[in-house]
Amino acid sequence: MKPAPFAYAKARSVEDAVKLLGKHGDGAKLLAGGQSLMATLNMRLSAPSVLIDLNGIAGLDTIAVKDGMVDIGALARHAAVMGSDTIAQHAPLIAMAMPHIAHPAIRNRGTIGGSVAFADPAAELPACFLALNGEAEIAGPGGKRVVGADDFFQGLYETAIGPNDMLTAIRLPAATPDMRYGFAELSRRHGDYAIVGLAASARADGASLKDVRLAYFGVGLTPVRAKAAEAALASGNLDEAVKALATDLDPSDDIQETGAVKKHLAGVLLRRVAAQMSGARA
Amino acid sequence: MTHHYDITLTVNGERIDGHVEGRKSLVDFLRDDLTLTGSHVGCEHGVCGACTVRVNGEVVRGCLMLAVQCDGAIVETIEGVSDTGEIADLQDAFERRNALQCGFCTPGMLLTAQELLSQTKNGGKVPSRDDIREHISGNYCRCTGYHAIVDAVEAVAVARAGRSS
Repeated sequence: MKPAPFAYAKARSVEDAVKLLGKHGDGAKLLAGGQSLMATLNMRLSAPSVLIDLNGIAGLDTIAVKDGMVDIGALARHAAVMGSDTIAQHAPLIAMAMPHIAHPAIRNRGTIGGSVAFADPAAELPACFLALNGEAEIAGPGGKRVVGADDFFQGLYETAIGPNDMLTAIRLPAATPDMRYGFAELSRRHGDYAIVGLAASARADGASLKDVRLAYFGVGLTPVRAKAAEAALASGNLDEAVKALATDLDPSDDIQETGAVKKHLAGVLLRRVAAQMSGARA
Repeated sequence: MTHHYDITLTVNGERIDGHVEGRKSLVDFLRDDLTLTGSHVGCEHGVCGACTVRVNGEVVRGCLMLAVQCDGAIVETIEGVSDTGEIADLQDAFERRNALQCGFCTPGMLLTAQELLSQTKNGGKVPSRDDIREHISGNYCRCTGYHAIVDAVEAVAVARAGRSS
């Protein structure tokens, strides 16, 4: 399995990358960590005429808290995010998800921007981004714009990032003491893509929860919010929330499990995550 | 149409000038152009870990990185790491405990295990068997079934912790 031939260009800046995209059009692909892209090239699922390597762009891997938001540069590697005290303190959901993402050799190369931009429906970070209601900063020919998580995922591997655009950062609301987070996934081997996974956030309101966001992964073409279950959980009825998943989710059968089994597993994960968010042990 | 690029990198301490096709993976470059055949080509989509090498001090999948991306990089393979003696104790433990049979996965296993062990030396906590299993979960072995590999890595972790305290 070798990729079809392609030209290689190294971008020196975000502007340079956007310019190269404009020049090469649809035949170009952006290369960040490459941990998904290289596999698809090796299997010839994709055959771009030119790869634009983003790894030489300086300053795009910073992690900082600004104005109540955790700002993570698109080229921040998974291993750096996983080891970051800033993430542990201000973005605990990301810290909970990180150990589930692939394996050490892949975390050393893979980037947060690459994962969110690629938008694999079974991946952890796109779901976390949705659960946290984050913002994507996108650079294009017309300059930079910001897209919220609810408008970001549009279809299978389709996002609000246009063909001449580049994701430059994601921003997540920094954790406050009243925020609660939960994360759980089931996979065949630790580090593999999830069969079913759930990333969740909510605001504690006395003993109950409000502003519940449940982002499932591995159950649809994009990360999927379970809105009826969110409402049921906010009203304090976990059993109703689990039942509501029947209308919220419609997973299809795949090589690992049937849709019916995935739906059942989604309920199992909801009970675990609800226990995490209420402070109890799952 | 083919696209070739000049690269200069350091492989196992030696400066190398290469002329590579853009699509050539790092592991193919090491094996085909430099005859460093210790790193293996397995699944070629990042699942099996047989192609594991170190780039700028960190383990990476050699099949998911392009040779052309390694211009200016420091690359270390099992050959280099063996020659420096850095993992002699780990290699001894693998041999003593029958942690390898065919050896196809072993170079990747050793480099991956060494990354865990180097994170935990100098008085650090000895990784648990679960920690070791999780750390090597990205490397497939089709012969030994992992138990002996975990035994070997654990033995070295304990020995190194004792030595550094």
